[in-house]
Amino acid sequence: MKAKIYISYKEGILDPQGKTVSHALDAIGIKKIDSVRMGKYIEMEFNGISKDKAFDITDESCRKLLANPNTETYTFEIVEK
Amino acid sequence: MHFAVIIFPGSNCDHDAYHVFRHILDIPVDFVWHRETDLKKYDAILIPGGFSYGDYLRTGAIARFSPVMDSVIKEAISGKPVFGICNGFQILIESGLLPGALIVNQDVRFLSQNVTLEVESIDSIYTQSLTKGRKLTMPIAHKQGNYIANEDELKMLLDEDRIAFRYSKGKKGNPNGSTDRIAGIFNKKRNVLGMMPHPERASEAILGSEDGLHIFKSMIGVSS
Repeated sequence: MKAKIYISYKEGILDPQGKTVSHALDAIGIKKIDSVRMGKYIEMEFNGISKDKAFDITDESCRKLLANPNTETYTFEIVEK
Repeated sequence: MHFAVIIFPGSNCDHDAYHVFRHILDIPVDFVWHRETDLKKYDAILIPGGFSYGDYLRTGAIARFSPVMDSVIKEAISGKPVFGICNGFQILIESGLLPGALIVNQDVRFLSQNVTLEVESIDSIYTQSLTKGRKLTMPIAHKQGNYIANEDELKMLLDEDRIAFRYSKGKKGNPNGSTDRIAGIFNKKRNVLGMMPHPERASEAILGSEDGLHIFKSMIGVSS
């Protein structure tokens, strides 16, 4: 079983990297993009526990370490490998 | 006053800070490895700059859970001076001792240059010997030093006179793009200071500036 975790800046938090990538896309002629936001993608693997338990562990990991509640939000999904 | 300089894997301004205390100010100081858990014997704690844990995940995010941090937090709550410089500031923010966040600089570049700070509040052990508005020149060396705070946090910092230092005006003066030009802040009790610029790298004439020394002298009650 695997947790797929997506962490992104909260709305309203400036994302200078996203902005820079957005300008670069524009510069190479890729148009019609309103905005680019950059974040993090993290995978965690589990063995021998229930899906509910994996959910709880992933949520606790995000709350306590993986995401900064001041600036970031997270979502995740638990998938069978 | 007996200082502790905490060392995390990846700290790199620990020796600079130690040098200021031991060789310039001639006061007792020990290096304390991040696995230590008792800081009772020290009168003040310095968390130095560097790249603790390689800045993995977020700056300061992993160091915040080092064994020594429980006792740093305990001593900070008890009122002991805890001074975080650069990565030390990032660690203090991650640990919840200081509000807000430090995100990547507005131009997404590592900045290594001198800045001019303005002393904003002299109501603290760190700034008691200074005068409000005094200008101090010292280096910054960071990629994630762009201070941000939400509306409530910013109002709290202003209302409680908790902004210690500001960068000077204009983009050139505030190169990382920090909100309200904030370069350093206190906690509510004013015993914890976090700042991005490096006073320990500006404490000797041979380094181009001695302005940083005023902050350390102020901490030990020596006027300058």
